[in-house]
Amino acid sequence: MAKISLRVTALTYLLFLLVLPVGVICWRTFDQGLAAFWQALTSPEALHALQITVVVAVPAVLLNTVFGLGTAILLVRHKFWGKSALNALIDLPLAVSPVVAGLALVLVYGRFTPVGTWFYDHGVQVIYALPGMILATVFVSLPLVVRAVAPVVEEIGIEQEQAAWTLGATSVQTFRRVTIPAIRWALAYGMVLALARSLGEFGSVAVVSGNISGQTQTASLFVQDAFDNYNQQAAYAVAFVLAVMAVTSLLLIQLLRPKESRR
Amino acid sequence: MSALADSNQPEAATSRLLTDPSQPGAALGGGDGPVEILGSTVAGVAGPKQPRKARSARPRKPRRTSGTVGLGIGVGLATLYMSIVVLIPLGAVVWRARDGGLGSFWDSVTTPEALAALKLTVSLSIVVGLVNLVMGTLIAWVLVRDSFPGKRVVEMLIDLPFALPTIVAGLVLLSLYGQSSPLHINLAYARSGVLVALLFVTLPFVVRTVQPVLLELDPQIEEAAYSLGAGKATTFRRVLLPSLLPAMLSGAALAFARAMSEFGATVLISGNLPFRTEVSSVYIYNQIENDNMAGAAAVSTLMLLIALVVLICINLLTRWAARRG
Repeated sequence: MAKISLRVTALTYLLFLLVLPVGVICWRTFDQGLAAFWQALTSPEALHALQITVVVAVPAVLLNTVFGLGTAILLVRHKFWGKSALNALIDLPLAVSPVVAGLALVLVYGRFTPVGTWFYDHGVQVIYALPGMILATVFVSLPLVVRAVAPVVEEIGIEQEQAAWTLGATSVQTFRRVTIPAIRWALAYGMVLALARSLGEFGSVAVVSGNISGQTQTASLFVQDAFDNYNQQAAYAVAFVLAVMAVTSLLLIQLLRPKESRR
Repeated sequence: MSALADSNQPEAATSRLLTDPSQPGAALGGGDGPVEILGSTVAGVAGPKQPRKARSARPRKPRRTSGTVGLGIGVGLATLYMSIVVLIPLGAVVWRARDGGLGSFWDSVTTPEALAALKLTVSLSIVVGLVNLVMGTLIAWVLVRDSFPGKRVVEMLIDLPFALPTIVAGLVLLSLYGQSSPLHINLAYARSGVLVALLFVTLPFVVRTVQPVLLELDPQIEEAAYSLGAGKATTFRRVLLPSLLPAMLSGAALAFARAMSEFGATVLISGNLPFRTEVSSVYIYNQIENDNMAGAAAVSTLMLLIALVVLICINLLTRWAARRG
């Protein structure tokens, strides 16, 4: 009996906090009909925002993948001065508010800072432009690939790589043919996590992008902008697309994550 | 317990939970074996013994130097990347905050609006931590010890708040608990609305820290307690709680930290009314919009300090859990 009441309590909590809200977004998106949804989604601003989201997220994920892979191997396989400091600092972006992350980047790369001026003189605008948005996205998703890959690098050990070396393989060959295949699922898992985070990032990008409609507006910024301007159908349509991306990545994560049953 | 204890890198376990607690600690070491094997293999690389001997048939002197140089370059690049993206910018925030001396820092932090926002943020985050402590543990218990149709779906849904973009979460909650609420519950522009938004985004933390620990606990211990005449409450307090407590507390601390820093989910439902529903991150955002960078940097520095303290607490909790495991 007690078990039943606990179950009911837990499920009721989840119903009101999780299931109903997610249900209501589907309802709100489609209550004007499919045509209205489609029209709102294919407006030039919405399409541009979705496009910018991809343009920002993909380079950010790739940068973090290269960094994450390299750093995971460094942290697991090597000893060097400052290792534990690096290890601790990698988690920092997760504890920092996205707004603070945005502010931090503006203070260094803004138009009227020494660094920002240097870039501007060389024809690159960082803040209120794509480079700054990519930088902000890299900031907030920085630890994800490292933390997904490191445990698996640890687990596979180095026997296979040693075997490859003794058989005369070069470092590059060993890395490409032995290390990468062994960690590919963990790498994919980390990349999906990073991609999900990058596609939905709001706070930091809101600060560094300037939120210029049709130029530096990502999909999540578009949602807020459309909602504030009473264009609810557009807000719900783009939010729905973002939610679908989130659920898709959730499914991928479930597929890719190291299985408990493996034990 | 062992989910946290298995890890020989407590921070790593913690960070996975910050991002995605769906991956239980089990994945980390896959048990006790690999970590130990690892310890020795890592030592093998670092020490000159094993690998050198294996390669002694071929002249490997150049590889050794190129390895050291390679390591240096690798560490250098990683540090450079971290510095460009994270460390220098965060340093600039602190630098900017102390620009006008400690006095002006203090003035910026203690303006009535900043202080009100900070008080609201801290008190809401404490409530969020406490609610999650209870409900998260309860949900984890139901997911582990109970079985019902649709459990797998619920299991998956738990992670949704992490995958869902925060602005979408805010929009979703506003449409359910806003002015045109189909349930006729209007929490828009109220503190309770902000609380619901924070509860939504922090839901998975405690569930996902407690769940792996509970999985490791043998249900027979609970049954033994019952059969010896202990009531439900006593069993929970004397048998389950001691093992679960470190995981519960680190989950709650993670939820607290997330609630402190959340922006996207609260920005729509709160309406950002100064002195009423404006939380610190929104306050910082407004100061940036009004070009008050010094004020924004001062409050940001304070938030960074709080985040740092919470991170240290979580780290200590993880170590405590590891010792007990």
